Amino acid sequence: MNGAHVLEANQLVKRFGDFTAVKEVSFAIDQGESFGFLGPNGAGKTSTMRMISAVSQPSSGRLSIFGLDPRTHGPEIRARLGVVPQEDTLELELSVRLNLEMFGRYFDLPRKLLRERASELLEFAQLSDRANDKVDNLSGGMKRRLTIARALINRPELLILDEPTTGLDPQARHLLWERLYRLKREGVTLIITTHYMDEAEQLCDRLVVMDHGTFVAEGAPRELIASHSTREVVELRFSTDSHEGLHDRLAPFARRVEVLPDRILLYVDEGDDTLREIHAAGIAPTSALVRRSSLEDVFLRLTGRTLVD
Amino acid sequence: MTTSSQTTLGWSRWRRSWWYHATFYSQTWRGTAASTVLFPIFFLASLGIGVGHLVSAHSGLVQGQSFLHFIAPSLLATTTMQMGESESLWPVLAAVKWIRNYHAAAATPLEPEDILTGKLTWVATRSLATGVVYTIIIGCFGALQSWWSLTLPLIGALITLAFAAPLVAFAASAQSDASFTTIYRFAIVPMFLFSATFYPLSAYPGYLRPVVQFVPLYHGVALARSAAFGQGSLVATTCHVGVLVMMSIGGILWGRRSMRRRLVD
Repeated sequence: MNGAHVLEANQLVKRFGDFTAVKEVSFAIDQGESFGFLGPNGAGKTSTMRMISAVSQPSSGRLSIFGLDPRTHGPEIRARLGVVPQEDTLELELSVRLNLEMFGRYFDLPRKLLRERASELLEFAQLSDRANDKVDNLSGGMKRRLTIARALINRPELLILDEPTTGLDPQARHLLWERLYRLKREGVTLIITTHYMDEAEQLCDRLVVMDHGTFVAEGAPRELIASHSTREVVELRFSTDSHEGLHDRLAPFARRVEVLPDRILLYVDEGDDTLREIHAAGIAPTSALVRRSSLEDVFLRLTGRTLVD
Repeated sequence: MTTSSQTTLGWSRWRRSWWYHATFYSQTWRGTAASTVLFPIFFLASLGIGVGHLVSAHSGLVQGQSFLHFIAPSLLATTTMQMGESESLWPVLAAVKWIRNYHAAAATPLEPEDILTGKLTWVATRSLATGVVYTIIIGCFGALQSWWSLTLPLIGALITLAFAAPLVAFAASAQSDASFTTIYRFAIVPMFLFSATFYPLSAYPGYLRPVVQFVPLYHGVALARSAAFGQGSLVATTCHVGVLVMMSIGGILWGRRSMRRRLVD
């Protein structure tokens, strides 16, 4: 193993026939780090996840997980991993507790140990009082927590989460985040894909933005905002329909102007100052909002606003 | 491709998959238990005694057996075939596509081949248990005439495996269940009806006999019948066993490929 790297990928490629889903990406993840993969649908995130879960083999490039080669040591690597897939993949007919214990048998853990761990994990996932209920009767958030608890049954050193909070209500998301923080504090390395920029800002020490199979940006959330956006954004709305015509008039006031169908975004350093200058120049928007730049601005800047399906 | 399954962690990994299926069944068996016992009793009572009465009044014995005794071994053969089918098509597509629990298993130390072996050995185990129940019931109807009858549960397990292996392989590579009904209607049901199940091969017109002998289930029926009655030549028995073993091996090899493609690529 190279230093404290849990995972090292070098020129990783995944091809499906003629289609190349992942194009020569390289990255390294340290012990205890939480690392995010962002990107629109079809960017290659899930293909990358499946390779670093030691499930699918890279078409070319080098991958090392815990210092082992997944081509030759897949089972040993997976014994030390936890994977939370996009779908819950639970046994709906069976009880909550049995879902945990049966999954633990895949890791060849003794039954007595599994009973203890299942109780701990039920506590962790706030499902202790539902232990004997059928999974089918749980809410979406409960099923998600159970899936995460199930991924922890082998005490993984590295937990891989593919869109962990998609489809959950805010309460359920915040509870999950809190549980993930707790794991991080315990030294578990986290790898997360998400569509939610606030989630990435909250959870990830470092992240990459993927598009069309490559990394288009890499860094800590704050660094990415600093290098790909301005400090603040001014959002203006006008009563006129022809926003296009306003572009040239507003351009001198901002580092970058983005015209959208319903509003105009000005990327600036000091939003309030800019707003004053605009008013002084006699331009009168019907509404104006000054906010801090977010990861979402970076994301949309890098991957575009066009809908990807 | 197989390097990782040869590591020290693993010769018994498939047993964990077998265990998973067994535990699952132990939680959900109640629905199937009653039918396992009642179906053969109803079948033998209605066809064996009822239709058998007509047959014996009309033409006496079938190959030296009463009609009830003649069809009792086919009951075991057809049931074990259907078990191989019903455990394979929809449950496997559900596991790789809808519920995706095989994908969850593939994220653990198990390899796709382990998941396949666990599944097939589990289905064969269930068939073996069903075969024991059926053999006892058939025995109660007086249809067992040889010590070879004791091999009937094993024959049943082999028949189940011969059908389950290729059907699991097929289901693991299927994109939808559209073709499953076709398989059931145009392969499983005709085999149930036309594998010398209810009357001897000699009852078919001469030109149809080679066709019947080409049907996989025919070999299962013939094998079960020769075990129940202690008849049948070594050559014929070897041929019947050979066909079923070849189907099993072919299905397993195909299944290893299609499971790996589906779960890992």
